[in-house]
Amino acid sequence: MKALRLIGIGWVFQLKMLSRSEFDGLLGVLWPLFFATTAFFMFRTTHDSRALLYAALGSSVMGIWSSTSVAASSALQRERWYGTLELVVGTPAHFSLVLIPITLAMATVGIYSMAATLLWGWALFGIGVHIVHPLLFVLAVPVTILAIGLLGFLLSVTVVRYRTAWALGNALEYPVWLVCGFLVPLSLFPGWVRPISWALAPTWGVRAIRQAALGGSPFWPMAACVGLAALYGVVGALLVNTVLRSARRSASLSLT
Amino acid sequence: MTSLRIFFIGGLTSYRALFNWLTPWILVPSFLVAPLFQILLFAYIGRTTRLESDEFYVIGNAIQYAAIPCLFAMGNTIGGERFQHTLPLVLATPAGRLPLFIGRSLPVIVNGFLVAAFALVAGGALLGVHVPLSAVAPLVLVVLITSFSCTGLGLVNAALGLRVRETAVLSNILFGILLVFCGVNVPLSSLPDWMSTISEGLPLTHGIAAARRLADGAGLGSVAGLIGAELLIGCIYAIAGYLLLRLMEVESRRRGTLEIA
Repeated sequence: MKALRLIGIGWVFQLKMLSRSEFDGLLGVLWPLFFATTAFFMFRTTHDSRALLYAALGSSVMGIWSSTSVAASSALQRERWYGTLELVVGTPAHFSLVLIPITLAMATVGIYSMAATLLWGWALFGIGVHIVHPLLFVLAVPVTILAIGLLGFLLSVTVVRYRTAWALGNALEYPVWLVCGFLVPLSLFPGWVRPISWALAPTWGVRAIRQAALGGSPFWPMAACVGLAALYGVVGALLVNTVLRSARRSASLSLT
Repeated sequence: MTSLRIFFIGGLTSYRALFNWLTPWILVPSFLVAPLFQILLFAYIGRTTRLESDEFYVIGNAIQYAAIPCLFAMGNTIGGERFQHTLPLVLATPAGRLPLFIGRSLPVIVNGFLVAAFALVAGGALLGVHVPLSAVAPLVLVVLITSFSCTGLGLVNAALGLRVRETAVLSNILFGILLVFCGVNVPLSSLPDWMSTISEGLPLTHGIAAARRLADGAGLGSVAGLIGAELLIGCIYAIAGYLLLRLMEVESRRRGTLEIA
């Protein structure tokens, strides 16, 4: 119960902090829109309204990953810059319970971008979002955010020794957009890419959102999302222990 | 002589300072990995929509990626100096502003050229795009001129950095505008008229068009008009950027906002 309370309060607190910068907010919405607009122009040439809706739904999830990848990979570094890393590591709560709300909030902020992309597609390209299973759609979105947030958590822990991890997070933006099938069907890729796609929760998240919107059964993709999110959480928590032990032993916690 | 020294040595020192923080750990993911995935992303969307060939996306995205170093590095000539608290020192010197700022743009042009050239070669190899051997030298010229014109826009970006605190955000927005408007992934004929009209005045548009024609086997002479237009646009942006820098510098001194934007 205490853990859930900590995650909940931390998530709200981090969400408020992330909403403070108008510039960051503007970029968070605009950046995926540039790519979505390009994709809409490209898909428009197919003269297939279903293909456009497919692109709109995929593009809308791009923003959730964008808001997570760069920010999550530098989450620990940012705590170092703020001078708060030692304080949060020193609390009796497990450090992963402090870090998870941060990356969850980063993914949640992406919902602005998701809404903006769908609105943009509707207003400028006439892409009507007719949702076949509205309730399941409403469920698929937070499940996707949860899974992407926990992938961000795993990423933030994995790259903790990489001093300029933000650059890696930046470089991971396109690969995930590509291999998770946001805009391209997975069947187009070579066979060796597919296992990578299946191991990435955004693949199942965008599939769940699409199946909820276009018709189909989003339950299995949602279950895969939840399962992968749990796996990311467990692996990340174990890694946190190792990383913190190492940093404490070498007294390198505050070193940038 | 002093101006030449400021132009070359000042430009080189500033660039080396940029690379002091721009380590290989940043350079490799940002300048080598990211452009390849941008090419792959749009080439695969192109395969899905059957809009254009792989060659179209390799050339468009590789050359467009020159905008990343050109916009960000130029933006950092102001933003980076402010962050290091050296901006007032630099602007307090009696050094001529023309060699001071233009000197800083020369290494950036080379950087943009190298990023675009790497993306062209590696992206082409990944997707099996073949360019005639006779087109290589003209393509080098086109990529170089396009990097110059992007740096011209970068100079405008740097000037705006004297008023806008978040130069990185501004650079990202300019990059996005170039991505959508310049025929990078969507042929200009498929864009609304007003967008293709705007694209005529932006860097990249003519350079990318020229590179595509060269890759299709056209001679240098037949794309001279496009190359000339790209060069002219680059000069206009460079002059506008320089004048804007001077104006913003005076304004920042008057308002006392050199260090706070």
